This record gives sequence, C-alpha cells and structure tokens, in this order.
Amino acid sequence: MKTKILAVPYIIWMIIFTIIPLGLVIFFAFTTQSGKFTFSNIVAMNDYLDVLFRSIEFSVIATVICLLLGLPVAYLISRLARGKQGTMLMIVIIPMWINFLLRTYAWMTLLEENGIINRFFGLFHLGPFNLINNSGAVILGMIYNYIPFMILPLYSVMTKIDENVIEAAQDLGCSGFHIMTKIILPLSKQGISTGIITVFVPSVSTFIISRMLGGGTNDLIGDIIESQFLGNSYNPHLGSAMSLVLMVIVLLIMSLFNQFGSEEAVI
Amino acid sequence: MNKILSRTITAFVIVFLYIPILVLIVFSFNASKSRANFTGFSLQWYEKLFHNEAILTALFNTIIIALISSLLATIIGTAAAIGINRMRPVTKATIMNVTYIPIINPEIITGVSLMLLFRAFTVYSGFEFGLVSLILAHITFNIPYIIYSIIPKLRQMNPNLVEAAQDLGCSSAQAFFKVTIPEIMPGVLSGFLMAITYSIDDFVISYFNSGTTVETLPITIYSMTRKKVSPEINALSTIIFIVILAVLIIKNAISNYKLRKERLEYLASKS
Repeated sequence: MKTKILAVPYIIWMIIFTIIPLGLVIFFAFTTQSGKFTFSNIVAMNDYLDVLFRSIEFSVIATVICLLLGLPVAYLISRLARGKQGTMLMIVIIPMWINFLLRTYAWMTLLEENGIINRFFGLFHLGPFNLINNSGAVILGMIYNYIPFMILPLYSVMTKIDENVIEAAQDLGCSGFHIMTKIILPLSKQGISTGIITVFVPSVSTFIISRMLGGGTNDLIGDIIESQFLGNSYNPHLGSAMSLVLMVIVLLIMSLFNQFGSEEAVI
Repeated sequence: MNKILSRTITAFVIVFLYIPILVLIVFSFNASKSRANFTGFSLQWYEKLFHNEAILTALFNTIIIALISSLLATIIGTAAAIGINRMRPVTKATIMNVTYIPIINPEIITGVSLMLLFRAFTVYSGFEFGLVSLILAHITFNIPYIIYSIIPKLRQMNPNLVEAAQDLGCSSAQAFFKVTIPEIMPGVLSGFLMAITYSIDDFVISYFNSGTTVETLPITIYSMTRKKVSPEINALSTIIFIVILAVLIIKNAISNYKLRKERLEYLASKS
C-alpha cells in the first residue's frame, strides 16, 4: 500500500516537465502573441510545405538506404559464432559513442571543396567535385549518423532465427534469394519496423546535419523550428505550430510501423 | 554469391563508419591548420586544447551537469519504478506510456517544449536559463531510462522475498534496503551509467535550454564547427575516441575475466 507513494515525486515531475511543456507547445501553436485563439500559425505552415516535404523526402531516402545496407550487415553478424558477434556489434556501436557533432564535422572535412576526397581526385586531375552543401551530403550525414540504429534492432531479431529453419528451406530447394524473401525478411519484421522508426524519427527532426552539410540551401523542418525559437525570426507561436506538425508526422509513422511489426508477432 | 555480396556490403559499411573518424585522428597530429593537407607531425593542437579556457570550462560544466542530473534522476526514478510496479495494471500502463514520451519524442520537441516552460518561469519569477535549467532538463530526459532499466529487474524479483524478510523480523524499511535495493541494484547501476552517457552526449536539448551564459561541451563543439578552421576539435575527438575505446575494452576484459573465473570455480566445485 505504502510503496505506491514512492512514485509520487516522479508523477509530479512528469506533470511539470513532460505534460505541461507539451501542453505549452499546443497552447502556443493555437494562440497569437496576445494570447487569443487562432489557426493562423497552422495556416502559416503553408509557406513551409516545401521544407516539410524536403525533410520527409530526405529522411525516407536515408531510411531506405539504411535498411538496404543494414539488412545484409545484421544478417551476416547474426550468423557468426557467438564471440565474434559481440566483437562485430562493438565495431558497429563504437562510432555511436562519439558525439554526432564530431561525426558530422568529420564529413565536412572530407567533402568540402578543398577536402580530402577532392584532393584525392585531384591527383588524377579530376574534379574538384561539388560534394558538400547539397541534398546528397545531408542524406549521407543522416545515413552515417543513424545506420547503427538500423543494424542493432535488425540484428537482435535475426540472431533469434533458428539456423535449422534456414537449412530446412535449403534442403527443400530454396535459393539464396528466396531464403531472404521467404524466411529472413518475414521473421525480421519486428526489427525492420523498429529500425525504420529509430532512423526516420531523428532524421526527419534533425537541424544540425542539414546546417553543417547542407550549406543553408537545404533547410529542414528542424532548422525552421530552431530559427523560430533561437534564431533571428523569433516566433515561438509559429515554432510551436511546426513542432506540433512534426510530432503528428512522427506519431503517424510510429503507429503505422508499430502495427506492421506487432501484427506479425500475433500471427 | 549471396555471401560475397553481404560480406562486401558489411566491409563497406565498416569502412564507411570508421574512415571519417580515422581522418579526424590523423589530422589531429597535423603541423598546419589545414584539414586536408598533412604537412607534418605535431602535438600543438593538443597543447592548444589544454589551454583553451572555453573548452575546459565546458568540460567541467558537462561533468557537473551529468553527475548531478544522473544522480537525482536515479533517486527519483528508482523510487518511481518501485512505486509504479505496485500499481494496478491500468494506472501502471498510463504512467509507463507518459514515461515513454521523452524517449520517443524527437529531441528538438523535448528541447523547445522545456524551453517554453522555462520561459514561463522567467516571466513569472526570477528564474534564469543556465546550470539549473540544464540540470532540470537533463533529469527529465534521464528518468525514463532509469525507470525502464529497473522495471524488468523488479518483475524478475520474487515478491515473496520481501514478505519473508518481514516474517523474519525485518521492518518494512529494513526489508526495502536489505532485500529490494540489492535485488534491483544491477538495473539501478546500468540506468545510472546510461543516464550519464546520454547526459554527456546531449546537444539538442541542452542547446535550447542553456541560455547564453553556460555552455556544455557539445555546445562548445558546435560553436567551434561554425568557425571554418579549428583543429583543436580533431584533438578533442581523438581523446574522446581513445577514452571510449579504453572504457569498452576494459569493460569487455572485466566481463571476460568474470566469465573465466566463474567457469574455473564451477570446474573446481565439480572436482
């Protein structure tokens, strides 16, 4: 009976620092500077639809590429001997321990006009190529930062797939391609949906990667939100409306893929 | 065929993951300021780094914030987990769902929502953005990780243990400190360590809630990347990378050692 009271400080904390702040976002999104109810902030989002679609487009591309690269990597690791699995996982995880600002900064030094890649091509009298400050660089930054988030959940479901199931399929005449499409992928649905969520959510809401690698011409929704709160165009009401839209997108994606994953778990 | 392809892709991904880091490390020893031209070996960027007042202050702030926020989050979170575990399923599910919000919400939204709250504080009281707002924000995003790492331990625990202790004459407080706490300690510790790492690593939420006077290390790094050339960043990345590598290798060695010791003890008890 008494032990329940132990949760009271946290519940108060949660109300003050999680629920009320989100309530404030909703309140600001639907009010004017003088505190009157309005839809104008949401309507003003019309001007930023291109940014919104660009954010979604970039993060969808990054997520798909992470999935395509992550599947073979996770599968390969899951079929190794136990001890080797641990080492390989550590190799995938170590870069994640370095702050993402430093990881993204590293790509700046590689891609810039006088960067190492262009110098390398320069040896063969090629280039310089325009590698940075474009959409490709931003997508590359997303893939680089978030690909471990795809590999880890994929690995954790794939490592549970019984080797005998795969061998049985082989005995019954399955080709390598069919083993992938008929056995591995269906059994990995849960990991695939988790991986998609954990790559898509930080990608669609990032504002640093686009700023560092996109050169100011590839602003994403996160950059616009940031400039409404800390930048020159200070307007927390519009910023809150954008945050709300971003939150709705994230929730939609999550409920879509959570269903996709759990559906399989029931069957 | 399939195997060759998956091996090639895996090798490619690993190279892709490590090349930028290696380049950072190599250029931390560069004699010149260039980020692309290696002109000779030198340790000058390390020397400059250790004399960089801004970085050292930021490092100090980061450690203080991480320690205080993780400690408070662990206390609040451990108590919460024990309380939540005893609640009715519906209440429990509701609280756990709200607890999940800071984990799944995009960081930028957690950041701006807390900023709106602290702005409201500054309007209605003398509150100012700085160390306190940072610590409050860090506690907020750390508590969920603590709760989620303790709840499974509580579920695994035999509920009769506490009753048995009380039957044997423990007061409920004694039973709590002598039975419950030791049982869930591994979860508490791993939650605490997770909180520290998240706290040290956090940029986005701190960026919105630090105000103009206090900087954490990631915020300083960010302002350094805005300047075109600052090779001290390379030196800093190298040190961070080596520290992380050392911690992980030591952790691995300890768990290997424990495993071997257990196996030896098991064999000894058999013979």
